[in-house]
Amino acid sequence: MNGLDRSILTLVTFIPAAGGVLLFFLPRRDREIRWFAFLVSLIAFFASLHLPVHFHRAEAGFQFETNSRWIPTPNIHYHVGIDGISLWLVVLTTFLTPLCVLISWRSIHDRVKEFFVLLLVLETGLIGVFVSLDLFLFYFFWEATLIPMALLIGVYGHGRRVYAAVKFFLYTMVASVFMLAAILWLYAKTGSFDFVTIQSAIRSGGVENFVSAAQWLFLGFFIAFAVKVPLFPFHTWLPDAHVEAPTAGSVLLAGVLLKMGTYGMLRFNLGLFPKQSHANAGWIAILALIGIVYGALVAMVQPNMKKLIAYSSISHLGFVVLGIFSFTQSGLNGAMFVMLAHGISTGGLFMLAGILYERRHTYEISEFGGLATPMPTYSTFFLFIVLASVGLPLLNGFIGEFLVLSGAFQAKAWWGVVGATGVIWSGCYLLWMYQRVFFGQVKHEENHSLRDLNVREQFALWPAAVMALVMGVAPLLWLNAIDPAVHNVLAAMPQMIAKVVSQ
Amino acid sequence: MAWQTIVETLPPGGDYVRILPELVLSIFGMIIMLLDPVMDERSSQRKLGGIALIGALAGLAATLYQSQQQFWGPAFWEMVRVDAFSVFFHFVVAAVTILVILSSYEYMEVQQIRAGEYYGLLLFGAVGMMLMSSAVELVLIFIALEISSISTYILAGFRRRSAISSEASVKYFLLGSFATAFFLYGVALMFGATGSTSISKIGEALGQYANGGGPLLAYIGVAFMFVGLGFKVAAAPFHIWTPDVYEGAPSPVVGFMSTAPKAAVFAVLVRVLFQGQAPGRVWLIWVAAALSMTIGNLAALVQDNVKRLLAYSSIAHAGYLLIAFAVWPQSDPKNGISAIMFYTAAYAAMNVGAFAVVGHLAGAGERYVTLEDYSGLAKRSPGLAAVFTIFLLSLIGIPAFGGFFAKFYVFAEAARENLIGLLVIGVINSAIASYYYLRIIVVMYMREPREEEPVAAVPPGLGVALGLSLAVTIFLGVFPRPVLDYLTRSVEQWH
Repeated sequence: MNGLDRSILTLVTFIPAAGGVLLFFLPRRDREIRWFAFLVSLIAFFASLHLPVHFHRAEAGFQFETNSRWIPTPNIHYHVGIDGISLWLVVLTTFLTPLCVLISWRSIHDRVKEFFVLLLVLETGLIGVFVSLDLFLFYFFWEATLIPMALLIGVYGHGRRVYAAVKFFLYTMVASVFMLAAILWLYAKTGSFDFVTIQSAIRSGGVENFVSAAQWLFLGFFIAFAVKVPLFPFHTWLPDAHVEAPTAGSVLLAGVLLKMGTYGMLRFNLGLFPKQSHANAGWIAILALIGIVYGALVAMVQPNMKKLIAYSSISHLGFVVLGIFSFTQSGLNGAMFVMLAHGISTGGLFMLAGILYERRHTYEISEFGGLATPMPTYSTFFLFIVLASVGLPLLNGFIGEFLVLSGAFQAKAWWGVVGATGVIWSGCYLLWMYQRVFFGQVKHEENHSLRDLNVREQFALWPAAVMALVMGVAPLLWLNAIDPAVHNVLAAMPQMIAKVVSQ
Repeated sequence: MAWQTIVETLPPGGDYVRILPELVLSIFGMIIMLLDPVMDERSSQRKLGGIALIGALAGLAATLYQSQQQFWGPAFWEMVRVDAFSVFFHFVVAAVTILVILSSYEYMEVQQIRAGEYYGLLLFGAVGMMLMSSAVELVLIFIALEISSISTYILAGFRRRSAISSEASVKYFLLGSFATAFFLYGVALMFGATGSTSISKIGEALGQYANGGGPLLAYIGVAFMFVGLGFKVAAAPFHIWTPDVYEGAPSPVVGFMSTAPKAAVFAVLVRVLFQGQAPGRVWLIWVAAALSMTIGNLAALVQDNVKRLLAYSSIAHAGYLLIAFAVWPQSDPKNGISAIMFYTAAYAAMNVGAFAVVGHLAGAGERYVTLEDYSGLAKRSPGLAAVFTIFLLSLIGIPAFGGFFAKFYVFAEAARENLIGLLVIGVINSAIASYYYLRIIVVMYMREPREEEPVAAVPPGLGVALGLSLAVTIFLGVFPRPVLDYLTRSVEQWH
């Protein structure tokens, strides 16, 4: 392993924050600040491309590892590394951030510098969550994402932004302290925060009192992740946060932040507590199914475009949780793929909604209608992303949902049946929304004169649209890295694999 | 001949080095008291403040001098003991005193308070606190406790024109006297139970009992001493005085008395509970910690006065800190002790800083202390709002600030001792707490200012004080390693 391979994760993680700190000292010239932020996020993106290019796809273990001691007592290490699960989430983060910068170019005009500083610091926090292999480091980054996100919502949001920011902060903060308690318990028993060490200690049965505590530890981690996902019934913070957040905040919130929860379930709940995961899978899957159907039904009746997309996220993330707790190879692969696809398509939808908001300052669906006439390019992009989100074959949404549902069928047939209705629902609410916004006559005078997309906005949307297509056509590019890692997770549950095979 | 017997009965010269910081501070305190009446009243404030600052710095230098290993050991017939542990607390007390003097400078002028006794009392208070942290004999501890308490009683009432300040002083004095009486009673009972007031001898006597038990008299003695000490650190259920006193007392004084005496009393608690092998300590601490955290945080949720809010928050923080005292008799308390020391230092930095900001914003007569008055502070004074935000985030326990590691070590200690109940209460509380700190930040950043007039510029003294406490808060949050190394080493030598 050469030097770059060892330090690349550190670079990718801290380039944005370093850029943010530099930005802080730049003079307040908004134009230069925007360009600088864009440049930093691009550098981070291109640096992160090193990861998939040099990633050994057939291997299941952690790669690009760095492990050095940070604090001696308690035994905290700066231990980072990625496997097929976290690889794509890192790239997703670095991919979406430049688009966020582009989409915020004009819509943020007050306190511009602080906005981009927060955005870049948030990016570092998000990447840090995905690459940390030390539980302490993980918790550190996990909490560190809270502040920039809450400030982005609370300072730059719309209407009831303060309420939404505080609600977001409190929900996730309260939930994550239970994870802290569980982490501390593990540390007290194993003397280490290292994920790999703890995992092997648990597997070899070397942790005292583990059997009696495991269910509580599982729940401690699970509650933190379930609120972040958000799994029904912990979802109530999400619509508020999304509706009030600025566009870039929504994109990162839906695109990446929610995936912290599902990533955590995959990595920590399944990785550290396979038995308990299996024992609890029944009710978790039911909650996920409720989330799929409930999220979709509520989305259907939303008069507000952004709220509709927010509830559709709850529905889509339900698929991810269902896939994870189906404990099948295809279910887990699908869950990973839905995470990525949802990041692209919902990120795209939020950008599109934000573009409309910049022009009309409203998200109310009833304010629009017939927009296809004044904004042809915009409506084409919108349709494309909507179709990707609905799960049209050859676009990215389809692959993931298909894999999840086939995994769910293998686990329990009725899970698959109920889950599959979610695909129909998503067609209903998204296409109906599309119809109400873009087709028919232009009902409001001011909508006649709406500008179509400018070059900058197209620059922000093209990558998302292209990715939606490429991921749909050539999913193997992603899946062949995901598959071994997922296999590795499942390998810890031999009794379950046997069960699935015997069915 | 007679002269020679006197000289022979005097303690050896090295003993004086072991109380050097206390001596230095006492001398400077007396100089200030003597100079005050002969100086012109209008110009005395700055000069006396300067002398106090020099005195506190000299106290710090004396502490550094004392920290050389050759001076470690007992002195004055085993009444005081200098080791890395007590030097650490000397250092914290001296540093807090310096910060408070710096932030008092401008404050005194704005509030039009006569300065003379103020600075003198600060130094005398520091003397008591330092002596508390190095005393290993219960009667001396009592005396030191009284020195420190009486200074703070008076300091609390220093805004003489304000009724609530006088109320604070009287309340603090009356309740505080009861509390110290309880402490003294506890000392007497301890003496009855073990035949000694020296902590190490008490420890030897009680160490003979299996599993940290002891005679009934010792149980009662420990409980009574804890009443007195718990009062001083504002631990529930002995916390009732805190919000009223903190609200009434001058803000820099609150910064002082919420950190330095607490640090000293925690040092005493470490000695009494661990070295003294106090029986029944785990459950005593368990209950006090759980109550303090819960009562403090729940009450803080509904406060609209920032000083009262921070008062309840300090009750809660005393609760978090107490968690680290809950160490089973059969296990080694060393990790707990270093967690306590780290917490004390981190809390001192962020709380002194927070109250310095509050004192500056309060304006003449401390008029602006409600949450409303902080609305839109980010627009009126971005720098001050940012600094205050960092202190509040640190108090919440957000990573990258000292408060995070402080809480973290304490919670880790509870997990190690298998006190899962206490751990869960602790983490739930720290989540609740984030709400009310956040409220202040939200008001500062996300509300429109009520009045457009900019906040008075930060005077140099306050600026230095804020910069120093900010630096310590961030340093402890990013590089806790050197401090921890020192603490671990100092605990190694502790016995």
